[in-house]
Amino acid sequence: MTRQDRIAALKAAAKERILILDGSWGVMIQRKGLEEADFLGERFKGHNSQMKGNNDILCLTRPDIVEELHNAYFSAGADISETNTFSSTWIAQADYSLGDDVCRDINLEGARIGRRVADEWNAKNPDRPKFIAGSIGPLNKMLSMSSDVNDPGAREVTFDQVYEAYCTQIRALNEGGVDLYLIETITDTLNCKAAIKAIQDLEADGMDKLPIWISGTITDRSGRTLSGQTVEAFWNSVRHAKPFAVGFNCALGAELMRPHIVSLGKVADTLIAAYPNAGLPNEMGQYDESPEQTGGMLHGWAEEGLVNILGGCCGTTPEHIAAIAQAAEGLPPRKPASTTPAMRLAGLEPFEVA
Amino acid sequence: MTQSTATFVNIGERTNVTGSAVFRKMITEGRYADAVEVARQQVENGAQIIDVNMDEGMLDGVEAMRTFLNLIAAEPDIARVPVMIDSSKWEVIEAGLQCVQGKAVVNSISMKEGEEKFIEQARKVMSYGAAAVVMAFDEVGQADTADRKYEICERAYKVLTEKVGFPAEDIIFDPNIFAVATGIEEHDNYSVDFIEATRRIRQNLPGCHVSGGLSNVSFSFRGNEPVRRAMHSVFLYHAIKAGLDMAIVNAGQLDIYDDIDADLRERVEDVILNRRPKGEGTGTERLLEIAEKYRGQKGAEQVKDLKWRDKPVNERLSHALVHGITEFIEVDTEEARAAAERPLHVIEGPLMDGMNVVGDLFGEGKMFLPQVVKSARVMKQAVAYLNPFMEAEKAELGTLDKAAGKVLMATVKGDVHDIGKNIVGVVLACNGYDVVDLGVMVPAETILDEAEKQNVDIIGLSGLITPSLDEMVYVASEMQRRQLRLPLLIGGATTSPVHTAVKIEPSYRDAPTVHVADASRAVGVVSTLLSDDDRPKYWEDTKARFEKIRVSRSGGGAKPRLPIEKARKAAFATDWSAYEAPRPQSTGAITIDDVSLEDVAPYIDWTPFFMSWDMKGTYPRILDDPKRGEAARQLWDDAQAMLKQLIAEKWLTLKGVIGLWPANTDGDDIVVWTDETRHEESARFHTIRQQMVKDNEQPNFALADFVKPVGTGPDWVGGFCVTAGHGELEKSEAFKQANDDYSSIMVKALADRFAEAFAEYLHAQVRRKFWGYAPDEALSNEDLISEKYDGIRPAPGYPAQPDHTEKETLFRLLEATDRTGVELTSSFAMTPPSSVSGLYLSHPDSVYFAVGRIEKDQVESYAARKGWDLRKAERWLGPVLNYTPGA
Repeated sequence: MTRQDRIAALKAAAKERILILDGSWGVMIQRKGLEEADFLGERFKGHNSQMKGNNDILCLTRPDIVEELHNAYFSAGADISETNTFSSTWIAQADYSLGDDVCRDINLEGARIGRRVADEWNAKNPDRPKFIAGSIGPLNKMLSMSSDVNDPGAREVTFDQVYEAYCTQIRALNEGGVDLYLIETITDTLNCKAAIKAIQDLEADGMDKLPIWISGTITDRSGRTLSGQTVEAFWNSVRHAKPFAVGFNCALGAELMRPHIVSLGKVADTLIAAYPNAGLPNEMGQYDESPEQTGGMLHGWAEEGLVNILGGCCGTTPEHIAAIAQAAEGLPPRKPASTTPAMRLAGLEPFEVA
Repeated sequence: MTQSTATFVNIGERTNVTGSAVFRKMITEGRYADAVEVARQQVENGAQIIDVNMDEGMLDGVEAMRTFLNLIAAEPDIARVPVMIDSSKWEVIEAGLQCVQGKAVVNSISMKEGEEKFIEQARKVMSYGAAAVVMAFDEVGQADTADRKYEICERAYKVLTEKVGFPAEDIIFDPNIFAVATGIEEHDNYSVDFIEATRRIRQNLPGCHVSGGLSNVSFSFRGNEPVRRAMHSVFLYHAIKAGLDMAIVNAGQLDIYDDIDADLRERVEDVILNRRPKGEGTGTERLLEIAEKYRGQKGAEQVKDLKWRDKPVNERLSHALVHGITEFIEVDTEEARAAAERPLHVIEGPLMDGMNVVGDLFGEGKMFLPQVVKSARVMKQAVAYLNPFMEAEKAELGTLDKAAGKVLMATVKGDVHDIGKNIVGVVLACNGYDVVDLGVMVPAETILDEAEKQNVDIIGLSGLITPSLDEMVYVASEMQRRQLRLPLLIGGATTSPVHTAVKIEPSYRDAPTVHVADASRAVGVVSTLLSDDDRPKYWEDTKARFEKIRVSRSGGGAKPRLPIEKARKAAFATDWSAYEAPRPQSTGAITIDDVSLEDVAPYIDWTPFFMSWDMKGTYPRILDDPKRGEAARQLWDDAQAMLKQLIAEKWLTLKGVIGLWPANTDGDDIVVWTDETRHEESARFHTIRQQMVKDNEQPNFALADFVKPVGTGPDWVGGFCVTAGHGELEKSEAFKQANDDYSSIMVKALADRFAEAFAEYLHAQVRRKFWGYAPDEALSNEDLISEKYDGIRPAPGYPAQPDHTEKETLFRLLEATDRTGVELTSSFAMTPPSSVSGLYLSHPDSVYFAVGRIEKDQVESYAARKGWDLRKAERWLGPVLNYTPGA
């Protein structure tokens, strides 16, 4: 199967059924009880700062674990698994004193591991192919929010820096063989726009074109992103990416995410994707929602025709994904909203000129 | 939904260093905080997009653009609208694009440096996800004639849509607005050229938009604001008709075309349209002749105020209706009557024409409910003036008039709330419907008898409290039984499409049942239901929609609930042995009759006041809302004026009672003891526990959780009942008799606020004095509204205890009816309606919560505790059941 075949198969599958994304990686890695030495591996022995907690680095130092998790989620019924590259940009990796060159390697290896696992599955079962999404996280520095309470105009990074950091990540993910990009957990739409621009510019320069999935994060009940946009304003601001799918993940459990998925579904003329947390964290920061609870709620969404792709974020496990896959089994995917052409601008709120 | 759709877009022009000297000075002096305020004002004044331009020779444009955009990104009031990044330098535009998270507009790109550069820039604009203004500018230069303007735009359109793949709907052409009346003959046709080019662009280039910088057109009259403003209004008036759908304007300074002085308007029109003037000289000369006369006239408003009196009588009536002015209504109505053949013609002619204008403006969202109700007041007074003449005529000729339709309205039995119903009635009446208002607490039989007797076309039911929902179902089933076959409208705060679909509509299948979400929908629904052409389809659609709701409810309706025993285990837990409840100064009930309206007025929470007028928004922000602000300010002014008079003339009397009693929790009940020996029960408050499955270790609350359990030491609970309703009905009725529904509704809305404010005031007194557990509490009104104090005052019938019947126990303990004159209806609504009652709980961790839906196991337990049978419990708890009774 060539990549073009796989992309065609992905699009065809999305027309037939609700696709399933994998669940949380953090919680699974945590369960392994890894030590500093596991994170450092051979390559970073003697590294000048702590590496423990840098889950992405495991792509280089413990590829066996990364492989195992892809397999665990595919076994649970996921159609799509994400590369372990959420924080693999030099801006996010600066916390571990790693630079752009290492980031390139993590993304490349992360994509290759995922590719290898998916290819094995697809060789055995070509009728129901598995896909690898290149995970592109939000960065820990934001372009539209001030980094200094006393200076609302202050920014820690520039657009060009964010754009360049994403370029490295995207190039390597593409080269490593991912089937699509997943720009996820977007807290600041401007960061996301830099990633979109990076993809579009690289494609204009000849890089293979891949589908884009954009997943924002509504941080609380107010129904806005961390950077203050409403659901529709967010959509207006990213729809120029002509994404394969758009949706939300993280911050909220299924119960609280539902209204935002509904409003997005009303305006977005593309696939709708959702991968909520396993409820809200308790006082200990743990997620208590059981696979049955999550599955039960998402079953309702599927029945109501709200979604095309379902999965899990923080606190979800292969058991959750199995429950979600079962909940969505046999139910038809949502039909994208039809929209009339209009100039749809946005600030924090949407504004339409018909 | 916050989505707003615009047909003509005002783009704020003041944050532009080339257009505003004041703004330029702020930026060059680095006074960015002031500059941010300019942006805020623009948005407050109605700018829907703000244009930002930093093209000034002495400035680092890139740096200034970046700094300013980053600063306004931190201001939610400003950042809510999209930005137009305006520069002739690409690097400034790109710097701007890198600072906006929303979808912005670039102003501008053009073919002045050739097609290749144009394509490159357009691609970049796309990759940043922005729309673009495209100037009518090519390699040869800026287009001035209509032909050149159109040809360049057509060429650019083809390049963008065919070569670049730019979405047509994101293209905004700017065919160049140039100054006219400059004294140079070649300039005279510039406006006409612009308007003509606009027309052709919109006709031939599908999807795109046209914009322009408005202030250019009047450049030759710099310093003469009134003339410039007139030129702007006239130019827009004609250009919008040709298809201009946005313009960069000073959003705070646009005059209404119709309000411009006729002589000035005609001369301006000659200039804008390049017409040969009627008198001597050119258009420019004729405008110059009178221009000086207007220079320095500031408040166009003051000129406006009396100007409209010079118009013909029909226009004066229309003006009075639109602006809600009663001052001259009788004089004008008389003048119209004297000129008309029959008095009825005045109603059917100018008055209805005026109300149609009001209806249209309301429908377009340009007027708001309080304004419409004021218009209705004008209408009613005009009709009242004409009535004797019509009666006389009727006696003479024996004729009958026919209204558009007859609507019967009633608040159902057991319920006394009628502000919403009255507003709907007024809105319907001013749209020509004959409204039969049966008032409040109307039994089903009366409603149906009157409907038959008065031969009405539609029945509208209203209710605010939850038991009214059942009553509505009963009315509907009675309509079915008696085969009334009249459309049924359902409205009021507790009603919902879901309840209407699941409970009411299935009881009544002979005619359409419609849920009307708010007053603004009423006219549309009624006119559709009365139209033989529209009704069948509308009915089908409504039925289908309700069916869909029913299907989705029957499938996933029941939510996961905990068994009540399990929920009780998850009750709010605290270490009672470590908690000593505050002891009140004294126990028993105390009548409160020495509180004046002045005392409690500062405690008024105004946000719900605006809500009662269908104006959603938080006070005081709503006063500055770009859309509703004007209406809100008017309403506010009227309310303040009435408030002043109401207080001075003591229209209302406040009466209240509070009680504090020894109490302890027993299971989910709160036992009230006769005295401190705590042996004998005097009453028992039954509380209801949340049964929802919670995500984490949040407790499943019941109100009983906040009182010390029996055997863990002494605790107390309180209760209160207050009313501001004595005097309310008399006053509102008096206004109604005087054909002033606006004031009638206003009195009720204010009385409601006084009751709530009184409750808030008294609760503070209880905390500081009577119970005394917070003697030093000093909170502002905002803090009170946001409940920053210890303790709660939950009311029966509200989310924390949805059972209204608990008021009976409360009233008995308080002797509330004797002490305050407040009575309970059969549905346990309080009358007079402007009354509030509830419990006081003092525990510092007590919180308001919503019980949510509950299961049968708890309903059975509750019924047993109340001594009810299951069916009775299911009736009173109907709105919170998580199951279908009897199923």
